[in-house]
This record gives sequence, structure tokens and C-alpha cells, in this order.
Amino acid sequence: MKRAVFKNPILPYLLVLPQLAVTVVFFFWPAFESLRLSLFRTSPFGDRTFFVGLENFSKLLVDPDYYRSILNTFVFAGGVTALGLGAGLFVAALATQNIRGLSAYRTAVLWPYGIAPPVAGIIFLFMFHPSYGVLPYWLSFVTAYDFNWLLRGWIAMALVIIATAWTHVGYNIAFFLAGLLAIPASVLEAASVDGAGSIRRFRSIVFPLLSPITFYLLVVNLLFSFFGAFGVIHAVTQGGPGGATEIMVFKVYKDGFIGLNLGSSAAQSVILMIVVITLTALQFKFVEKKVTY
Amino acid sequence: MLPVAAERPRKPIPCGALVVHALLLLCVAVIAFPLYYALVISTQTVQEVIARPPVLVPSGHALENYAEAWSRAKMPRLLWNSAIVAVASATGKIVISMLSAFAIVYFNFRGRAVVFWMIFVTLMLPVEVRIMSTYEVIGDLGWLNSYAGLTVPLMASATATFLFRQFYMTIPDELCEAAQLDGVGPLRFLFSFLLPLSWANIAALFVVLFIFGWNQYLWPLMITNSEAMRVVVIGLQDLIPRTGTHVPEWNVMMAAAMMALLPPVAVILVMQRWFVKGLVESEK
Repeated sequence: MKRAVFKNPILPYLLVLPQLAVTVVFFFWPAFESLRLSLFRTSPFGDRTFFVGLENFSKLLVDPDYYRSILNTFVFAGGVTALGLGAGLFVAALATQNIRGLSAYRTAVLWPYGIAPPVAGIIFLFMFHPSYGVLPYWLSFVTAYDFNWLLRGWIAMALVIIATAWTHVGYNIAFFLAGLLAIPASVLEAASVDGAGSIRRFRSIVFPLLSPITFYLLVVNLLFSFFGAFGVIHAVTQGGPGGATEIMVFKVYKDGFIGLNLGSSAAQSVILMIVVITLTALQFKFVEKKVTY
Repeated sequence: MLPVAAERPRKPIPCGALVVHALLLLCVAVIAFPLYYALVISTQTVQEVIARPPVLVPSGHALENYAEAWSRAKMPRLLWNSAIVAVASATGKIVISMLSAFAIVYFNFRGRAVVFWMIFVTLMLPVEVRIMSTYEVIGDLGWLNSYAGLTVPLMASATATFLFRQFYMTIPDELCEAAQLDGVGPLRFLFSFLLPLSWANIAALFVVLFIFGWNQYLWPLMITNSEAMRVVVIGLQDLIPRTGTHVPEWNVMMAAAMMALLPPVAVILVMQRWFVKGLVESEK
């Protein structure tokens, strides 16, 4: 801890005031309101509210649509994370081979991070287009299966997963690269002197040493796909076809903003809040781990 | 660079390196393909767009498609709004984070720990989990369809505050002590001593936050409904030719998508060094 060196009874409070004002007005107060609203039901005309206790929650727990949105969220987040981490590690491991041009390759894979997921979604929407898209066209040479995302939920899900992972892969690569470059060369040389092949070295040395970064990226990718991926769903599939890509965040928006079912929407917000608190707590475990590492 | 998995580190085999380069180029091609394809489509006529087999090389109609997208989507207004949101939210975040980090590190005031934890907790409250009630707050303030509503709520950033805090902690105490001996007050110390040392961090943070602001979606979607206040990521969607009901003008759509994605991607490419620094450091 630094020795605090300035003495002034008022100035520090003035300095933190802007940040705290924004935090209280736009973060704490709305979060508190969500908690409160989750215990109320709004009358059909929206003019009165009734205290209903935990009814909004108990209704959700028997709502098959809600379970479907949970399942969709896990499929989506799992897909984005697995694809993003797998591809990211693969590219980073290749780029840190003893070859030239590392920084050129990094530039060549980093830029998709600048593309907003909804914009990426629109590009993939065309690539997956049932009549004009290039992907169904290529696939038609391999199989007669109809890759129409408007009719098949899992194709729609694959579409939004791939588009989202595409925008995030550069981020994963940047972190894996930083991690791989931090592994001391002497350790790897020692292992190869002992006769460990390249696969063995990766499995027994590189991967364990990378595990704090992998863990961190796992949490960040999950957080990102739980919460950051609203746009791609809204812009591309609107939760369809038939609810196949309706993830939890989209349902909160749909039930609250379009369905005007404020109580249920608030209850769903509270459940998501618990998810994000858990994931953030895990993310900060990473900071501790990095210290020991 | 490290010989992570080279065949024999002390005797590199050139053909191994060639294989690695080939694989990497393949990866780069796969990652670049969607953007390349969107670019190609944005230069074609509708006939070329819907042709089978798909035409994978550029055609000569870029100018008319881009002009059409520019006027049909009312691009100048959309891009202007996005630029304001990105620049204002990034600048605001940096300013208020610098101030509060300065207070937390250089003052010993009552409630410092509480302030620190309040800032930390904002990490756990993304807009997605407080959608409806934040919307109501903005409505009560009369900030719907305004730049204030689009930018001010984005300005609290725990990660930016932590980054500045981390950075201030690395500055030796002697600097502050020497300044005090010369009779320098806290604000003068912040602006004349800390600020000049912080430019690298500010630049790095600005790049990351600019992209974050430009790509905001849910927030502007909720609190703006007038055409004049739309940001480009949202306004773009009016051009999507939904199947069956529209002329498949994907060429115009892709031209508009190019305009929406070019500014943030250009910022990453031009300021790559800052961008990587900002990404990695803001997560510490």
C-alpha cells in the first residue's frame, strides 16, 4: 500500500463523486429496483403493482420456455467458448513455433475483435443464406441435407455461435500468445533434452503452465457469451426459429420490453445477476492464481 | 520467440517451418474469409450476388452500392452518432476513472474501502441484468433519445479505475514527496506529474474503450427510438433483406456493414500496439 501523502478533508470526496454518482444512479439504484420489481406483479394496464412474493420466480421454475432459454444459453455459451478457446490456442501455439513473422500473424488475426457481433452476425447471415449463401452451396456437394437456418434450429444456433466466436477469437489469441511467450525457453529445452517430443512437451509443460490464462479466458468467454451476445441474437435470429436461439438475456428483454411482463423480466434479471456474480468471483480467483504462478 | 513444439529445437528443419507457415496462412485465410466475402459482395450487382455458383471475386459496382447504402441508411447521421458515443464514453470513462483512482491511491480518507468496493461491484451489474429499471431511470431523467442518455451511464468503469490505480501504485513515493517539498498541491500533482506519465495507459485504454463504445448495442437499442439518435450498429439492420419479402440487395447491405465495421477495425490496425497493451493490462 502506498503511503497516502496528500491531506485534504474534502478533495478526495469530490474526486470520487462523478464515478460514484454514475454508479449509484445507473447501477445500484436500477439493480435494487430489479430486485424489488421481481417481487411484484404489474396490473394489465400497468397502473398498479401488487406484492406477490416469490411468485414470479416460482412461475419461471415451471415454465418450459424458461428452461429452454437456459439450455440454449448453455449451448450457446459452451459453443462460443469451446470454439473460441480451441481455435485461439491452436493459432497461438502455431504462431509461437520458432518461426518468423509472429507479429504479422498477430495483426492478421486480431482485427475481427473490432467488429460488433451484430455486424458479424449480418455477414454470417448472408453466408448461411438458404438460397444465396456460400456455405449451404458448398455443403450441397457433400450432403443433400437442407442447411436452412430458418427451418432448423440447430443451424441457426451454429450461425450465431460461429459469428460470435469469430469476433472474439483475436482476443483469445492475444492472451494465449502472451501466455506462451512467457514460458521460459530453458524449461522446454530441458524437456527436449530429456527426450520429450513436441506433443509430450505441450501436454506436460506448456498446457499446465498456461492453465491460469486458459481459466481466465474460459470465464471471460462465458461472461461475454452470457451477456455480450444479446446483439447478435437480436439482429440475426430474433430468438428464432421457434425459440431455438432464445438465450436468457434475450428473454429478459423480450418479456420486459416487448411483452411488458415486468415482474417476470425482473425475476429473470435477478437470476442472471446471480450468474454474473458467480462468474466474476471466479474471474477474480484468476488474479490470485496469477500471483502464485 | 520460443521453440514450443519444433521438431528438434537445436536443429530446425526448414520443411517443419514451412508446414507451420502453411497452417498459419490457412488459419488467417479462414478468419479473413467472411470479411473478404462481405467486401466482394459489396462490389457486385444483385444478379451477381444471387448467382450460382457464388461469384467469389470482386466486381465493378462498388461505387453505386456504397452510395446507395450511404443515402438509404442515412449513414452520415448514424456514423456521427456512433462516433460521439464511442469518443464521449471512452473519454468520460478515462477522466472519471483517473480522478477516482487518484483519490483512492493518494488520499487516506474515511470510506475509501467502501468506495473501492462500490466501484468493484459495478463489474457484476452489466446492463443486461438491469435492463428495465435502468430504462426507467433514463426515462425519469428525461434522457431518452439524447447523447447524455447514450453516454453517461456507460462512464462508470471498474476496469479503467483499477488500471489507473495499478499504475499509480507503481510510481515511486519519492516523486510525490519531492513535489510536496516544492509546495505542489494535489491537483497540480495530478495534472503536471501524473498525467504526463499516464499517456501510454490513456492511449491503450482509449482504443479498447472506443471499440467498446462503438459496438454498444442493447443500451442504444433501448433508450433511442428516433431515427436521428440511432447508432450505426442498430441502424444497419433496416437494410437486411429478410427472406422472401425484399429484393435480395445483399450488395447494399454488405456495403453498409463495411462502413459500420471499418472505423473500429481501422483503429485496431492503426493503433495495434496500444490496443494489445490496453486489452492485456485492463484485465489485471
